[in-house]
Amino acid sequence: MASNPAYETVIGLEVHAQLLTQSKLFCGDSIAYGAAPNTHVSPVTLAHPGTLPKMNKKAVELAIRMGLACHCEIERHNYFARKNYFYPDLPKGYQVSQHTTPICKGGHITIRTEAGGERAVRLNRIHLEEDAGKSLHDVLDTDSCIDLNRAGTPLIEIVTEPDLRSAEEVSAYLTELRKLVRYLGVCDGNMEEGSLRCDVNISVRRQGDARLGTKVEIKNLNSIRNARRAVEAESRRLIELLENGQPVLQQTRSFDAATGTSFATREKEDADDYRYFADPDLTPFALEESFIDSIRASLPELQEQRVQRYMNQWNLPDYDARVITDDKSLADFYEEMVNAGALPKPAANWMLGPVKSWLNENDKEISDFPLSPAALAAVLKMVDTGALSFSAASTRLFTHLLQHPADDAAVAAQQLNLIQQSDADTLAPLIDEVLARYADKVTEYKKGKKGVLALFVGEVMKRSKGKADPRVTNELLLERLKS
Amino acid sequence: MFSFSSIDQYHSSLQDGTATCLQAVEHYLQRINAQMHLNAFVDIYADEARTRAAALDLQRQSGRPMEVLHGVVIGIKDVIAYNGHKLTAASRILEGFHSIYSATAVERLLEAGAIIIGSLNCDEFAMGSTNENSAYGKVLNALDETRIPGGSSGGSAVAVQAGLCMVSLGSDTGGSVRQPADLCGIIGLKPTYGRISRYGLIAYASSFDQIGIFGSTIADVALTLQVMAGADDFDSTVSTRPVPDYTHGLKEKQDKPLRIAYFPEALDHPSLDPEISQAIHNLLKNLQAEGHQVSPVSFSLLDHIVPAYYVLTTAEASSNLSRYDGVRYGYRTSKEGLDINELYETTRSEAFGTEVKRRIMLGTFVLSAGYYDAYYTRAQKVRKLLFDQTQLIFKEFDHIFLPTTPSTAFRIGEKTTDPIAMYLADIYTVMANLVGIPAISLPLFRHSNGMPFGLQVMSNRFEELSLLRISDLLIDRQLKP
Repeated sequence: MASNPAYETVIGLEVHAQLLTQSKLFCGDSIAYGAAPNTHVSPVTLAHPGTLPKMNKKAVELAIRMGLACHCEIERHNYFARKNYFYPDLPKGYQVSQHTTPICKGGHITIRTEAGGERAVRLNRIHLEEDAGKSLHDVLDTDSCIDLNRAGTPLIEIVTEPDLRSAEEVSAYLTELRKLVRYLGVCDGNMEEGSLRCDVNISVRRQGDARLGTKVEIKNLNSIRNARRAVEAESRRLIELLENGQPVLQQTRSFDAATGTSFATREKEDADDYRYFADPDLTPFALEESFIDSIRASLPELQEQRVQRYMNQWNLPDYDARVITDDKSLADFYEEMVNAGALPKPAANWMLGPVKSWLNENDKEISDFPLSPAALAAVLKMVDTGALSFSAASTRLFTHLLQHPADDAAVAAQQLNLIQQSDADTLAPLIDEVLARYADKVTEYKKGKKGVLALFVGEVMKRSKGKADPRVTNELLLERLKS
Repeated sequence: MFSFSSIDQYHSSLQDGTATCLQAVEHYLQRINAQMHLNAFVDIYADEARTRAAALDLQRQSGRPMEVLHGVVIGIKDVIAYNGHKLTAASRILEGFHSIYSATAVERLLEAGAIIIGSLNCDEFAMGSTNENSAYGKVLNALDETRIPGGSSGGSAVAVQAGLCMVSLGSDTGGSVRQPADLCGIIGLKPTYGRISRYGLIAYASSFDQIGIFGSTIADVALTLQVMAGADDFDSTVSTRPVPDYTHGLKEKQDKPLRIAYFPEALDHPSLDPEISQAIHNLLKNLQAEGHQVSPVSFSLLDHIVPAYYVLTTAEASSNLSRYDGVRYGYRTSKEGLDINELYETTRSEAFGTEVKRRIMLGTFVLSAGYYDAYYTRAQKVRKLLFDQTQLIFKEFDHIFLPTTPSTAFRIGEKTTDPIAMYLADIYTVMANLVGIPAISLPLFRHSNGMPFGLQVMSNRFEELSLLRISDLLIDRQLKP
């Protein structure tokens, strides 16, 4: 999109991330995705009369972990407030949230810009709250269906300052944020399943204006691509309005991914009064210094630290280290391969080559990859010892194993007749045959035309039907030609 | 012929074979049936109670030791959850609702061998002082059936007063146990906020609510408290302090003089019946003559506590009652073709009673933008001040004496038209809930109009043992010629 250089787009993001706890924020119900509707619903989730919340300490720990990784200030005195409103998928008639005391304040997330530089996007806050259930309007003709499995799932809301200026930056920020939550083990980052959801606040103003334009909020963007498209489309729409002298209305809008346009869902004039007050069912909680310290001490390694480690410990080039660590699961897979005995650089080549190609072609994540790191490491080890050529390994054996993941690599290589001949007794007759056939070339070689060696190697390979180990063949030929 | 005077006596007769649990249950079922017009019970678990009593008898006769509340026949207010049983808060909005879990208090009673005989009538969602605001109709005071029994736990008070069970549970948010106990002439205890788990108690105002106990002896009340009190994984506001052995503690001899404070502003308040004022003044005078320390303490906040109480409790109630929306359970309007907001409005308008609607609206108002600071924030400040002042008093004194109510039980229908006058009658009871301290109403007096009235005693937080001891002493003293 060619943006109008006379205008500046100002964007702030609110991202909801479902925390990777076992159970809900205030009761023991499971938060596993994909269960049959209304099966993770205790009396507490259903808001039956007399039920009370009990805080999940793990959720607090994960929120602090995220805050520390984002360089936030951690609030020592916390309480939960009730946000009161009626909605069928909100069983209590109020959402329990941290209204005035977010557990993490300030902080920033560093993004890499397209130009290759780095920029810090400032955070306003990260706070804890509970998710609502789901209203489904397309299951039955006349009635809406409610699924309360999700109700009460712990969330953190990560709110930026209005620091972003383009769709590209929005995309870079979301990519970085998703990577961060995955590295931290705070959220699975799965936007399709709704565990990471994004609201965009966007306004435009003339370049140089100090005052922000009227803000529009686009709710519930479920992929980085759609967030990017929504920002592009909305920025264009708002600039057009201003160019045509029309007013921008403060609205909440929804993005239709099918048409690539947004539509208003409500005007701000009928904004609710949420009547926030401290939830009397939950006692305020103070965070001990030692608790925060222990979380700080156990922060997992993040991408940048891994890049450095791969470069220092395993001599990987910066590019390899960065591409592998862009996806934590991919990096974990890679490390397991190395730990299973694969050499670091060849293992990196495999990750960036055959493995990534397969993932891209099949549109899969590494978690869907059929082979275990150990199985793939076994293939690499056969290449390393010369039992297998790289091409036989990466084309024929790899393809076979992807289809038969349970097969043993060595056995399969035997069956496919891919094992290289490195045995002098087997290769000697072939070498004799070639040297006899090309006696004239032997004479040329001995006169100093060393380049013909490749011809001899190639001929031996041909006669072995590709199974001769080129390295061993080379050595044997050199030996024979000396005499 | 079965007769009951205390749990201790009942257990003796079970042990010497002169009574059985089944006889006790039959006795109460018969009495309940004979007194149906009092309207104390909402639901009676007759067959279930008989089965359980027979099982308990069998266990005991086979030599198994008795649990502490073995065979004790208990009624519970219709705001306390009991798995598989109707739970409606005396409201149409919960019409047909059955709880799918039990309150922690109920589970502990059952584990201790109690027999729950039925659920008891009350004001809708525990909002009221007369038990006239019930979907099941009013409850009658058994001492004079033209009078109210008090509220909101009116059914629970009358059940003990009329001998329809041994002990009953109520809930006390601003006096809903102590006030009906006073008007019915029995003992009513509201423990410290957080002493008994609220899990399974339908919330009216979460930071005020506490399950309370009605009984005819201090020892019975102490034993029931003992069973229910203590930490609970399902309530984060309940205290984890160890529970003292109240029963044993009651038997220990106390020789130290009592240190009692009273508020002249309260005892000489224009709204207080002069006979009640006189009776308490006389008692104080006698106690002083007997060597106890009795001192007047100035209490300037008296006229602020009822407004602060109603602002804070209605605010919490407006939010707590949001879940009754006709979506998941309970009543839903039968009108068709409504959008979601109309469904909420119609359902809630049709099924909530007048007093509940009044409090929801009041609470919504005091929390709304523009009024929040003037009402909610200020009321919280009053609560804090009151807490601090009370703590100062308890530095020098062990107990505060107050009336429980400004008058004896009035006639049914007498005050229903004036909600403000009704709210102001809570002047003596709301303090304990605002501060979270334990308080008890003791049936010490009788008015010239023939009706009973009580004395309210308050102690510091978690000082139930001290409160029960002085209660025992005051009742004993009253019984002596």
